[in-house]
Amino acid sequence: MPIMHPFPLPISADLKGEILVVRNLHFTYPDGNVALRGVSLKLNAGEKVALVGPNGAGKSTLMLHLNGILQGQGEIWVGGVPLIHSNLPYIRATVGLVFQNPDDQLFSPTVFEDVAFGPLHMGLPEEEVYARVEEALQAVQMSAYRERLSHHLSVGEKKRIAIATVLSMWPSLLVLDEPSAGLDPRARRHLIHLLRELSITMLVSTHDLSMVRQVFPRTIVMDEGRIVADGPTETILSDEALLEAHGLERVDC
Amino acid sequence: MHFDLADRYHDTDSRLHRLDPRVKVVTTIGFILSTALLPDGSWAAFGLSWLLLLWANHLARLGLDFTFRRSFLALPFALAAVSAIFSPLGTPLAEWRVAWLTLIPTDYGLMRFVSILLRSWLSVQAAILLVATTRFPDLIHAFEHLRMPAILASIVAFLYRYLFVLADEALRLLRAREARSAAAPGWRSGRSVAWRAKITGHMAGQLFLRSYERSDRIYHAMLARGYRGQLRTLHPHTMRAGDWVFIGVFLLWIGLIHLIGQL
Repeated sequence: MPIMHPFPLPISADLKGEILVVRNLHFTYPDGNVALRGVSLKLNAGEKVALVGPNGAGKSTLMLHLNGILQGQGEIWVGGVPLIHSNLPYIRATVGLVFQNPDDQLFSPTVFEDVAFGPLHMGLPEEEVYARVEEALQAVQMSAYRERLSHHLSVGEKKRIAIATVLSMWPSLLVLDEPSAGLDPRARRHLIHLLRELSITMLVSTHDLSMVRQVFPRTIVMDEGRIVADGPTETILSDEALLEAHGLERVDC
Repeated sequence: MHFDLADRYHDTDSRLHRLDPRVKVVTTIGFILSTALLPDGSWAAFGLSWLLLLWANHLARLGLDFTFRRSFLALPFALAAVSAIFSPLGTPLAEWRVAWLTLIPTDYGLMRFVSILLRSWLSVQAAILLVATTRFPDLIHAFEHLRMPAILASIVAFLYRYLFVLADEALRLLRAREARSAAAPGWRSGRSVAWRAKITGHMAGQLFLRSYERSDRIYHAMLARGYRGQLRTLHPHTMRAGDWVFIGVFLLWIGLIHLIGQL
């Protein structure tokens, strides 16, 4: 069931155009490991973009920047608002970030409390929180799991709930870190179906190139902290030399 | 692979299950306090307290002997009270010589010991019943809404959530060790105790490091969803008529117990 995402803050004019702008982003971890070496990219509203590349390419590091959790040198604009400390609450409501391991994402005792965490901390009134939890759980078809304990769920169920925990915040941009990793074929199919149905801008890192082909019209390839290719998925996935050079494989399906 | 720490909660639909968790927490603590304050040797009052427990068992529809059957786990703790038997007050009942020690049990001491035993046994049953009829998250909420410091409540909540994750991780480490604990033909498997202790130490260290890193990631996940240093909770519990009736009956009963206990 597709869900509507009316934008809760009055900056919708900018969100029609460039929803995310990253300019020349550099980041080095405290242990000296250079993770990002000048990343620049733009995302328009309504786009679904895949982020691919080998392990250690800097995909997860880049994603942690989009929510202001890591802060490197460079510029990030979300919905026309610069990512600076005083804008963090707004940015975190706008960018829904889902971590790779659902055990890190789901930290509350029950599913309901986890999905309610975001809206509750945005300061929404209780009735609104309840309504959003219902809606988000419905969107991932998990309404029956409201009162379940997170540690009793399967990996596939946890992943869907993890997505619901940010959908309840009504984000304008959904950022997912390897959502299909560790899923069995059926759970993976459900996830692909869900990602196709959600009418929301998204940036998704993955190694699952056949999912990329099914869901995302645009693909960005990262390697060694840089963006090495950015274009239509068909073009990129048929460029065997490019895929080979960056640790990826061609898939035909 | 899943570590299944059996939840003590028993899922049925009963009057006791439906009570507001705050009521259950307050009455349980009230019951334990009341039992602790009863004078030594007030057998009738102890009996009445047990009747109150039986009534609660009946309301929970778990069988009248439900808490009784589970109460034996507290038995070892009763050992701590054994020294009360040898109280210097009262008339001596016998004289035991154990090596260089002379132990003299007295009637007063024995009475004290049995009273302490009964008190702890009744209190443990009340706690068992609380945990069996209240889901753990509701229990945490109840404590939160009863003004327990938020930081304590969240520590307990996180502990409960990640206990299972941690146990799973420990289980995986143990299996990985098991899988590689082989022996070449003609050789004895493993080495000295010191060597084994070292391996176990490394594993404990691994667990600590992994938990530490996980806590970092969880904190990031909380930040990403708007956490700003203050945990908020919803208030889903409301007191209904049944809750007030339960509290009323409970208070009357406790009053009666103490009236009889003072006689």
